[in-house]
Amino acid sequence: MRLRYLTLTAVAFFSAFPLYYSVVVASRHNSALAEVPPPLLPGGNFFANVSRVFDTVPFGLALLNSLIVAGSISLAVMFFSTLAGFAFAKLRFRGKNIMLLITVATMMVPTQLGIIPLYLLMVKLEWTGTNYALIVPALVNAFGVFFMTQYLTRALPTELLEAGRVDGCTTWGLFWHVVVPVARPAAAVLGMLTFMSAWNDYFWPLVVLNPDNPTVQVALSTLASGYVNDYVLGLAGTAVGTLPLVLVFALLGKQIIGGIMQGAVKG
Amino acid sequence: MTSLPLAVSRRRRRGVRHTLDMRVSPYAYVAPFFLLFCAFGLFPLIYTAWVSLHEWTLLSDEHAFVGLDNFSTLLADGYFWNATFNTLSIGVLSTVPQLLLAIWLGHLLNRRLRLQTLFRISLLLPNVTSVVAVVVIFSQLFGRDFGMINWVLSWFGAGSIDWAAGTATSHIALSTMIMWRWTGYNALIFLAAMQAVPRELYEAATIDGASNFTQLRKITIPMIRPTIIFVVIVSTIGAMQIIAEPLLFGASTGGAGGGAASGGPDRQFQTLALFVYEQGFTKFDFGYASAASWLMFLVVVVVAGINYLLSRRVKGGLT
Repeated sequence: MRLRYLTLTAVAFFSAFPLYYSVVVASRHNSALAEVPPPLLPGGNFFANVSRVFDTVPFGLALLNSLIVAGSISLAVMFFSTLAGFAFAKLRFRGKNIMLLITVATMMVPTQLGIIPLYLLMVKLEWTGTNYALIVPALVNAFGVFFMTQYLTRALPTELLEAGRVDGCTTWGLFWHVVVPVARPAAAVLGMLTFMSAWNDYFWPLVVLNPDNPTVQVALSTLASGYVNDYVLGLAGTAVGTLPLVLVFALLGKQIIGGIMQGAVKG
Repeated sequence: MTSLPLAVSRRRRRGVRHTLDMRVSPYAYVAPFFLLFCAFGLFPLIYTAWVSLHEWTLLSDEHAFVGLDNFSTLLADGYFWNATFNTLSIGVLSTVPQLLLAIWLGHLLNRRLRLQTLFRISLLLPNVTSVVAVVVIFSQLFGRDFGMINWVLSWFGAGSIDWAAGTATSHIALSTMIMWRWTGYNALIFLAAMQAVPRELYEAATIDGASNFTQLRKITIPMIRPTIIFVVIVSTIGAMQIIAEPLLFGASTGGAGGGAASGGPDRQFQTLALFVYEQGFTKFDFGYASAASWLMFLVVVVVAGINYLLSRRVKGGLT
């Protein structure tokens, strides 16, 4: 029993420590890194380092871009997933089961292997360097559809839909007046999950965007890949660009974890 | 009286509209996903095959058909095999300990526990940290001269290790980052499956005097086998496509010689996906990169298939 708490505490420590230590380094001067033993408490240099971040890369623009991209992707994913989830969970149509199966199966497709033609496609559409290249391909995904299908199958009473039909509601009317209110809590969790993964997305933005119009992650990687290893600068950027999200997660974690664990049981 | 035929036709029209609504709207509601997947998921994947059969670079407008030339060049390319080796090595180093640890952690969490939410949140913290942040943070921790890991190891008499420089050491460093980010996430997925296992089984086993470890081996693992298979497959597919970690690790440990896409000066940690990126987006040889993508797809399928067969044999049974 005691061993269990000890182990879990140790794991919690190793999970949190690198994040804490990054703040320590971000709030110091580069010379502090050479100290033995390494500093373990935050210093007073944080804001000076952060302002250096804004001088080195277009970080304000990066924050704005990431906000626009992650925000619009989350809204779209919430909307389209609820819509498709409603159809899969409660509407009757031919080919439904096989379509749902295909949806789940697409989660296994290693789409990253199509990255070269995807890039060529973006060149053709003249979307390279713009936020369209990030937003449009991500408007809806299999995970979201599956997640909402599972939730609505469970949470949406069929009688409620039938009552709506009797009152003369069209399917679209049912969606707005019956489904959306019921779907709200799950859609909120899905929105948060989507926002986090869109905010943290790195590789595709790196490929299609230019360094002068970056997202937060692309800007951070520019900071980190200087010829001089300015760790303090990189970690100060990291602290501003990613830690707020980690904090939000720590506060809302209970709901988000519930969502991940519900969406996870596929076997 | 005159209004009667009009009302009938209106009702009929409403009837048609109603059938149309019932028949068509379900397809319209699921269509966005399928359209988007076809356009930005499936089409690029298939088009990769077409590009791979051509001499296709950014500079030339004409794309000469070369058949399987790109593939035969690739099979003779030492860098390609080096990347394949690195991918498999990092894949094994990061996935095997990760999943074992995740099952064990899931098992530890699957009891009545104080501070339950706190433990779960802390397990998932690394997963909501962006991959860029992870690599930046760990590059500092793994630093040769002032890194904390070398400092801790020095208590045990280790010299200052240049983690990025060696093949084995860089693979360990990268696997550590991957494990740090994903172990907790997988532990929670295992936990979700474990919660569905009937409590009575454990109670009976406890009465029979089975130890904690025996219960894990004889009850938990056989009961959550479908989830284990699922997680193994997904993790394998993920591990075969690792790119951001080596790319950023190369960049933040000073891309001296060859740039970050080479995965270290001696390509000691260039993965397959990074090889594709190097060919496609630093040399702009799209044909060659697409051929590499297809061979990589083959590797993904083969390795995932092998792991599927292996994980299906996981048993223990309730005997």
